[in-house]
Amino acid sequence: MENLQIRLRQNAGILTAIGIFVLFYVFYNFNHPRGFAPAIFIQNSNEVFTLAMVAMAQTMAVLLGGLDLSVGAIMTLVNCLASYLLVGSPLQIILGFIVCMAAGAACGFLNGCIVVYGRIQPIIATLATGAIFIGIALFLRPSPGGNVDDDLSWVMTNDLYEIAATYGFFDDGEAAWFQPIAWFPVPLLLIILIAVLVWVPFSRSVTGRTVYAIGSGEGAAYMSGLAINRAKIAAFTLGGFFAGLGGIYLTLQTSSGNADIPQAGAYTLNSIAAVVIGGTSLLGGIGSAIGSIFGALILRTISFNFRIFEIDPLMQPLFEGVVLLAAVSLGAIRVLRVKNTLDLFR
Amino acid sequence: MTSISDQAGNKTKPWLSPDDKPIVIAGGFVLVILAVGTAYTLITQGTAPLLSPTYLLQQLQIGAFLGIVAAGMMLVILLGHIDLSVPWTIAAAAMMATAVGGPMAIPVGLAIGLAVGFVNGVGVAYLRIPSMIFTLGVNAVMRGLMVAHTGGFAPQTAATDLMEFLAGGRILGIPVAILVWASVSIGAIVLLTRTTIGKAIYAIGNREAAAYLAGIRTRWVIIAAFCLCGLCAGLAGTLLAGYSTKAYQGMGDAYLLPAIAAVVIGGTNILGGRGRYVGTLVGVILIVLLNSVLSIMQMPEAGRQVIYGTVIIAMLLVYGRGHRVVN
Repeated sequence: MENLQIRLRQNAGILTAIGIFVLFYVFYNFNHPRGFAPAIFIQNSNEVFTLAMVAMAQTMAVLLGGLDLSVGAIMTLVNCLASYLLVGSPLQIILGFIVCMAAGAACGFLNGCIVVYGRIQPIIATLATGAIFIGIALFLRPSPGGNVDDDLSWVMTNDLYEIAATYGFFDDGEAAWFQPIAWFPVPLLLIILIAVLVWVPFSRSVTGRTVYAIGSGEGAAYMSGLAINRAKIAAFTLGGFFAGLGGIYLTLQTSSGNADIPQAGAYTLNSIAAVVIGGTSLLGGIGSAIGSIFGALILRTISFNFRIFEIDPLMQPLFEGVVLLAAVSLGAIRVLRVKNTLDLFR
Repeated sequence: MTSISDQAGNKTKPWLSPDDKPIVIAGGFVLVILAVGTAYTLITQGTAPLLSPTYLLQQLQIGAFLGIVAAGMMLVILLGHIDLSVPWTIAAAAMMATAVGGPMAIPVGLAIGLAVGFVNGVGVAYLRIPSMIFTLGVNAVMRGLMVAHTGGFAPQTAATDLMEFLAGGRILGIPVAILVWASVSIGAIVLLTRTTIGKAIYAIGNREAAAYLAGIRTRWVIIAAFCLCGLCAGLAGTLLAGYSTKAYQGMGDAYLLPAIAAVVIGGTNILGGRGRYVGTLVGVILIVLLNSVLSIMQMPEAGRQVIYGTVIIAMLLVYGRGHRVVN
């Protein structure tokens, strides 16, 4: 019982995020003329995937106590690269996926090396590498365009039934046992798989625990004999990998690559907002990438709600801004609880 | 430029104090950029336009807008904070200044900047929300307000004559914008080196708890610094509207990251507490000249971005490295 209480307190941020998301999303579906339908579900999860990945990428740097201003740029770079590679024979496409994921991870690895061996603050190092990545993306795609396998982009942005029907699994998706899960959106399944197969093992490994330890106190982590350099590089590399996955999905969604600098900036800024809303502390050491997924879900659900209430499009940016400001201001509640003013300065 | 600063503490006196090293190296790099650009034009055109006073004054005039933004940004970075609301503070100041027009145009533009800065300061100092995320939210709100105000289009209103004069006019052949930048710079130098609030800014940047225990009213200093940063952004926005004779959506977007880069290249620690204003000046000139020389070389946007990022990293690798964690 006491154990449960401790766990609840430790995960207060992420639980709040989940609660807000469920509230917003149920509200949205109640008010949508075709709410609670698989079609809405698929469309929404398509729109959320890329931001969720970029937010997970941002989480890695934030857990270390830093900030990664290059996540949007890595996403854009991989987006441009993938717009060349995700086409051709199945083998070529698989190879393309591997190259794109490796490219994202390599960008993150470069960030990590500059932060660790160059000893430059993450925020400013990634500001610079972000410019470099955008530059390379512009080399790859001076103007928007690209060529992506049609079947692939169709099934990846649809439900499980379409995968089976398109590639001829399970009697073209008509097998009786398959029906209960056939409606499930592919992007949502991918988010869950990535969280469970990549993030959870990482956060429970020694390297993952070291990332949390560095965020809580780098000196203490060092004195405890933890391999801080390795953990930092691993965290940034994983961040680059997540951002790269976001870029790949963006390519599948739009069937093109676009080295759009404002878009990259918008994703970076939204990722920071998603991380904070997801209960991760900007000071480092507290939070999780799963919280950031819910942060991204909340941000997107807010815009979904705008759509159905037909709020004047000109007022939407204002509403979004006010909601964002209000969400981050919730963190100020902590100040009210502080009894010793000196406790404020951490 | 190379004199030993009082802030450095004059401990062992190496040939360059740690605060001066970035300024000297960045200054040297400015000369390298000029030399490379001149060599390029000599080879391709047989002339050296880069070294002409006209060209240099023109570059300084363009740099004035970035310089004013960077001056305000530096105050906030010295505190260990950052102001990401600059882009839409610039745009809002420009739009409201042109919308009001007449003699009140410039005061309104400055007031907008001041008001945004004050909100930022209250959020950071009293609500204790990390500046990174609070100013980001304020930026989003300002964007929303301006989109609602203008309907998402460039406003039709034009800048007043005074705004155009301040941004584009000349006195005795010197662009007025440079004079405005120079006054802001003198103000910043006096503030940082000769006033208690300047010392308080450095103290808070080094260790806020210690500054608080030393009796500094840290909250008011933080609010003041954010107000000044907003004021600088408002001034830059008003001038920019004068320079292009009108305000438009996203006019401030190109100033946020270069301003941060200029401050950091000038040797100011991104975590706060140390850095000299002269460094920021050199940083601004470096970035403006780099952009200009690259455009003379007709470098495509892609190459420019790569070179821009590489230069920032290279400069910081030379003098901006942190300490190894040893305890």
